[in-house]
Amino acid sequence: MAAHGNVPLHSPLGLLAELTHRCPLGCPYCSNPLALEPRDDELDTATWARVFGEAAALGVLQVHLSGGEPGARRDLVEITAAAHDAGLYTNLITSAVGITAGTLQKLADAGLDHVQISIQDSTPKSADHIAGYDGAFGRKRALAAEVVALKISLTVNVVVHRANIERIEEMVALALALGASRVEIAHVQYYGWALRNRTALMPSAEQVERATAVVEDLRKRHHGEIVIDAVVPDYYARLPKPCVGGWGRRSLNVTPAGKVLPCHAAESIPGLEFWSVREHSLADIWKNSPAFNAFRGTSWMKEPCKSCARRDIDFGGCRCQAFALTGDAAATDPVCHLSPRHDEVAALAAVQNDAPYAYRRM
Amino acid sequence: MSEATPAIPADARPRLPRGVRLVHSEAQGGWVLLAPERVFKADTIAVEIVKRCTGEATLDAIVDDLAKTFNAPRERIFADVTAMLRGLADKKLLEL
Repeated sequence: MAAHGNVPLHSPLGLLAELTHRCPLGCPYCSNPLALEPRDDELDTATWARVFGEAAALGVLQVHLSGGEPGARRDLVEITAAAHDAGLYTNLITSAVGITAGTLQKLADAGLDHVQISIQDSTPKSADHIAGYDGAFGRKRALAAEVVALKISLTVNVVVHRANIERIEEMVALALALGASRVEIAHVQYYGWALRNRTALMPSAEQVERATAVVEDLRKRHHGEIVIDAVVPDYYARLPKPCVGGWGRRSLNVTPAGKVLPCHAAESIPGLEFWSVREHSLADIWKNSPAFNAFRGTSWMKEPCKSCARRDIDFGGCRCQAFALTGDAAATDPVCHLSPRHDEVAALAAVQNDAPYAYRRM
Repeated sequence: MSEATPAIPADARPRLPRGVRLVHSEAQGGWVLLAPERVFKADTIAVEIVKRCTGEATLDAIVDDLAKTFNAPRERIFADVTAMLRGLADKKLLEL
């Protein structure tokens, strides 16, 4: 059924459900698009329940209930129960602001499997400044304690950039103190809001090198105690990251209004036609929607990707980044050392200034 | 790191923690271990071991059961099982 006849169609493993774009925080690297979808356009409870059922039938195993801040949805418990009842592993990705202890208890009763809480820094003042919300840090600590008390497994997510990159060790110590079983050290990826704030967020090459060594050391030191997963900062890399495990291969993303995207940044590529769960089933979208077939497989590739030995490993890198940095979404991700535009990436990374953040606001 | 890891006591009762589930998925081609934001394919041996990690059975009982079921030398089963359980525990996929 795929547009490219010889591409085996995989079943998606994960579905990112952006339940709302509303969020009390204003993180300058927010992964939501610049054009946020308003509350009036959000899918209702019954539609989400139908989508979860269709996702499970399609082979999806895990659903990531995200946003915005999913706690901004009054029907979060019903939505979570629907995902659980569909047989999906349910993961709540939250800022912790807007989820009360009472709600958390109801979510646990509804079958919630895992909670991920973001932490902006290891010190309250800096953390609240980055989040653009006074008191956020304290509320995160409080909710993390509730999660652990309910024996729900906890991941702490730390987004790393110039303002906090020197405190990775302290942030991992905080995750341990909070009782997390896993910590994600995710360097900022530069799309949307982060791209807009790039010069204020970008660390130096030396900082990134040090941070990589620190993470390696922490992994050894805390082996068996906490799982440390890292998302690498690709502006300083030689090889590109495999775009969401391959475009239209492992995952899909449903926006608050119901548009289905191959990844959360895909709307930054102009000219792609996205289908909505309001008009199509998830299986139909996965197989036939033009956006999913645009970069599926390898037949869309040009040189140097087309004949590259790594083409089925990294899929030419990230399509959104290729477009953002070269203006051509089918180009080699310029993070790749084989891209003719590779040198420009280091030049862009070198532009740094401490301008005030452009906070993400609706 | 393996030289420093402590032995698993014979009376340990390994179990999957909340947030880790073993499920069978037709679409994904077999058994998988679902964990926080991660999915691990489980081969036949892993499935047989993990299925027995109920929090009820002791390590000794699990090894006895597997040795009997697969008619294999107990020492070899013991070595395989403890290595796998330690690996899973280090990844926070199992409680010992």
